[in-house]
Amino acid sequence: MSKSSRQEAGTHQEQGFLRRYVFSTDHKIIGIQYFLTGGLMGVLGALLAALIRLQLAWPGRQWEWLAVVFPSGMESGVMKPEFYVMLVTMHGTIMIFFFVSFCLVSGFGNYLIPLQVGARDMAFPFLNMLSYWTIVPAILIAAASFFVEGGAAASGWTAYPPLSAIRTAVPGSGWGQTLWLLAVALFIVSFTMGSLNFVTTIINLRARGMSFLRLPLTIWCLFISSILGLLAFPPLTAAAIMLLFDRHLGSSFYIPSGVYIAGTLLPNEGGSPLLWQHLFWFLGHPEVYVLILPALGVTFEVLAPFTRRPVFGYRLTVYSLLVIAFLSMVVWGHHMFVSGMSPVIGEFFSVGTLLITIPSAIIGVNMIATLWGGMLRLSAAAMYALGTIALFGVGGMGGVFLGNAAADVQLHDTAFVVGHFHFMIGGVTLFAIFSGTYYWYPKMFGRMMNETLGKLHFWLTIVPFYSIFVSMHFLGIAGAPRRYYDLSRYTFLQGVDWMGPFITIMAFIMIGGQVFFLVNLVGSWWKGRRAEANPWQATTLEWTVPSPPPHGNWGDSAPVVHRWPYDYSRAGAPQDFTMQTHPTPVAGAALERR
Amino acid sequence: MSEAVSREAASRWGGGVSPVGVSWNKLMMWLFIITDGLLFAGFLAAYGFARLASAAWPDRLEVFHLWFISAMTFVLISSSATMATAVGAARRKEGQLVSQMIFATLVGGTIFLAMQAYEWTILIGEGARLHSNPWGVPQFANYFFIITGFHGTHVLTGIVILAVVAARALRGRLSAEGVELAGLYWHFVDLVWVFIFTLFYLI
Repeated sequence: MSKSSRQEAGTHQEQGFLRRYVFSTDHKIIGIQYFLTGGLMGVLGALLAALIRLQLAWPGRQWEWLAVVFPSGMESGVMKPEFYVMLVTMHGTIMIFFFVSFCLVSGFGNYLIPLQVGARDMAFPFLNMLSYWTIVPAILIAAASFFVEGGAAASGWTAYPPLSAIRTAVPGSGWGQTLWLLAVALFIVSFTMGSLNFVTTIINLRARGMSFLRLPLTIWCLFISSILGLLAFPPLTAAAIMLLFDRHLGSSFYIPSGVYIAGTLLPNEGGSPLLWQHLFWFLGHPEVYVLILPALGVTFEVLAPFTRRPVFGYRLTVYSLLVIAFLSMVVWGHHMFVSGMSPVIGEFFSVGTLLITIPSAIIGVNMIATLWGGMLRLSAAAMYALGTIALFGVGGMGGVFLGNAAADVQLHDTAFVVGHFHFMIGGVTLFAIFSGTYYWYPKMFGRMMNETLGKLHFWLTIVPFYSIFVSMHFLGIAGAPRRYYDLSRYTFLQGVDWMGPFITIMAFIMIGGQVFFLVNLVGSWWKGRRAEANPWQATTLEWTVPSPPPHGNWGDSAPVVHRWPYDYSRAGAPQDFTMQTHPTPVAGAALERR
Repeated sequence: MSEAVSREAASRWGGGVSPVGVSWNKLMMWLFIITDGLLFAGFLAAYGFARLASAAWPDRLEVFHLWFISAMTFVLISSSATMATAVGAARRKEGQLVSQMIFATLVGGTIFLAMQAYEWTILIGEGARLHSNPWGVPQFANYFFIITGFHGTHVLTGIVILAVVAARALRGRLSAEGVELAGLYWHFVDLVWVFIFTLFYLI
């Protein structure tokens, strides 16, 4: 087969530095490239968040040293409103598309999928490399948009028209918005290539004996989220193309009749801004599950070895994930309850959304039940996994309010929404990224991370995190709208105006706490204790090979799988864990009947 | 187990192609086709949305010459038939027939594109533009150009792919799977046209 010959050529050739570490087709290198690129974008996104918070805590104050950094956006040190909305837009875009997607889905996905299913590489390694090198121009274009005339896009990460469709609407609606669309389009192309590889690899390249119900839950989650991505992104591509036509070729897909800009009537007529909302959220809602499902998978994966317990309800979890995936495709309308939607349709979307709480609760309960009677080893990875469970539970509660059309009409576009989605796609994912990093770092780089720094990092993250985003929920109930430049102008918010500086100070503490993580990440690279093949005594396939795994992963013979991935603490077994490759039947009754 | 072991012996990658039992190339092509199909679904859904939301929609019989469009459709469907013949011939390793049939497909595709270009020219001559058109709401021309334009781009891509496959077949580097994958894509492009023909021209 041509496939295997291609793979072997990749496995055994001596390669130069460039082919090996830069233009590499090795899934492990590509995974690490994604992971580090995502980390870099995460730092950038956090800095943008810091600027946003600076304005919200002390609106209109003069920061003279910032005038040096942003001569146009913060002329004389006071943030301009249009610069503020750019920051909000780019913070959201960078964090969602370029940080969480890269680290969690593409980073861990590329690194783990072949290792955990027992393949030597992705199905199509070249496409995989292409997928990484497509996001590099995407990032450059997004970064360049800050420097074009008018500045970066300013219509929020959702890019609602007419603000995004009319080039003269606000300064950021000019070239910044066009570049934003191009960057997102390139991201979609790259994500599609990656997802095609993920799905194909998981279906076709599993090791012998690795049946679907023996796949680790990380793989299940990445599998489902890749399928969701493949289904949800193309309609957004169509929507984005139509938006580009509206912006540059004079069509009226989204621009309604009778829009006046600066006193002049636009020639467009008959378009519908609502159409964009439908198409965008048909992507946008599955997209949050694309991001959050891998986070849940990582959490399960970390919980088992650190509780020395089999994952509780493996099959039920898989079925729940499938139900969530299905429901997530039909509930996009819950983002549009205040768009003039008929209450009957609103009811449909409400019920669908609230149905998602059932499989979500099953997953949450399975996580907690996995802890039951376990011997908890509280390493940094485990602490972050526990944090993820907590965030998933608390954040999910907020979703119950927002999914309900009646409550959403009150809470829509307030800080409540900001708090909620930061809990879910900002928190659950962030904590899972940290958890996964502490867990797989030894495999990725062959060194152990420092546990003390890790625990310090955990407390410096979770305490400010709760302070910030729980406060935002209350702020939203008090009526504070999101994306507003200056909340001090509204008398009805005077009772909660102390929250602005409080949240900001907490945000700075949280961002400062990440320094411990970065120091740990870089420092452990050359100072960390060397990691053996299986430092956590875990059972999945990636722990059977040396850390870091060699090119081609498996040496001479591919692994053969004999059992499910979470065979911990089996009564009568010689150790409290049994590797998936362990051939002979192990004496004693299985804790989980399979 | 013996079957699995022999598969393992045949290829060190063996063991994992269940449950679909096709090569990763074909699987990936199918997944890509689903994805690409959803792109058109996005356009067509948006078109449906706009048409239903619009108070008036131009009378299609005033704008299009349906016999001409039907002829275009016939040419494209026929090219699907020749493509299917090429795929069958590639399986039987009849290189000569493969090249001939792919060539016939290429001719069909090119005629289709030429007819589409002619149709565009006529409509543009009558005053159809992206910002306005003589028959009614601007969305009519908007969706016409974007949907048929995107489909035309797909046909063009298919022609390039087929030309590469035909060139490889002529040089004796015939891969039955390569022909089949190109065929899958070509049939997909034709199928999309059937939807466009129905939803845009017939209804």
